[in-house]
Amino acid sequence: MVQASLNVSIWRGGSEGNFVSYDVPRQDSQTVLDVVTYVQRHLEPTLAYRFSCRVGMCGSCAMTVNGKARWTCRTHVSKVVGSSGQLEVAPLSNLPVIKDLATDMSGFFDKWAQAQGRFVGNKTRHDDFARVQPSSPERQAANAGIECIGCAVCYSSCDVVQWRPDFLGPAALNRAWTLVNDERDVAQRERLRAVASGGCLSCHTQGSCTERCPKQIAPTAAIAGLKRRVVQAVRAGQL
Amino acid sequence: MNDVDVKDLSAEVRRYHWQRISAMVLALCVLVHLLVMIVAVRGGLSGAEILGRTQGSWGFALFYGIFVLACAVHVPLGLSNIAREWGGLRPRAALWLARGLGALLLVLGLRSVVGVYTGGQ
Repeated sequence: MVQASLNVSIWRGGSEGNFVSYDVPRQDSQTVLDVVTYVQRHLEPTLAYRFSCRVGMCGSCAMTVNGKARWTCRTHVSKVVGSSGQLEVAPLSNLPVIKDLATDMSGFFDKWAQAQGRFVGNKTRHDDFARVQPSSPERQAANAGIECIGCAVCYSSCDVVQWRPDFLGPAALNRAWTLVNDERDVAQRERLRAVASGGCLSCHTQGSCTERCPKQIAPTAAIAGLKRRVVQAVRAGQL
Repeated sequence: MNDVDVKDLSAEVRRYHWQRISAMVLALCVLVHLLVMIVAVRGGLSGAEILGRTQGSWGFALFYGIFVLACAVHVPLGLSNIAREWGGLRPRAALWLARGLGALLLVLGLRSVVGVYTGGQ
């Protein structure tokens, strides 16, 4: 049996602001996104937040829930509210706040571009298609990171992003690692330079990104792979 | 990216690599250092007795010479990273801080090794 109502503190304002408390009716199987939606529709129509699919596919509803970055649509209130009955919802960390719970993610995605996170091929439609062995170590390494949907939970959870503004962050580096393992890609040197100058060596291997990734991806392992490749490239005089 | 940038980047990667290599050396050195200390001190040991064993010992001088060298590589790079991340130091300033600390550790450490090897003679 759940309690009748839930007290939720929600961040209001931009980078300067404060938490405002609301009482929301408690329901079975209620998600944090349900709570935020209730507040906007019934108590505070000016509350800004972002969501789309509501089923954990789009990654747009990530927020800081009780101090940790999470997808709010896939977070049941019962999982995060302890005996105190308190729920606190804030915007994602390490990103500029536009308003309330909505952050400006352009810097996050710009870093994907900086990490050379796009495929560069040299074949045309007239060439035969590449045959990549599904069992090859490279394909397996790419598979491990390919399901990222860019929700920025890892980026928001990373201390190094906070300390070094030029650090590309777990998501962009994970994307670069999937392309480093793409045998069809022809921009490997540029990519290794990009990730090395984007601070891939400064990852502390603390693993917050891996622990909090809702897709169970391990950007820490991807970054470790990039570190090895960058060192190998320098030792071979090929950076 | 121009040649100068690539050169700077390669140097940074090499520093990172040497920090890892020196960490491996330190892991071994610290273990040996602690074990020898625990075993040697059992039953009490005076400063004179320690010096009696270390004086003129090339094994001792070589081991601690390597230990000091690994410290002089590893510690300054780590501290300069902390200075960058927590103190907001610029990369160039952090590099000079590392160089200064490295030289200091090397001089002080090797001076100690020589002192204990010769017994201050």
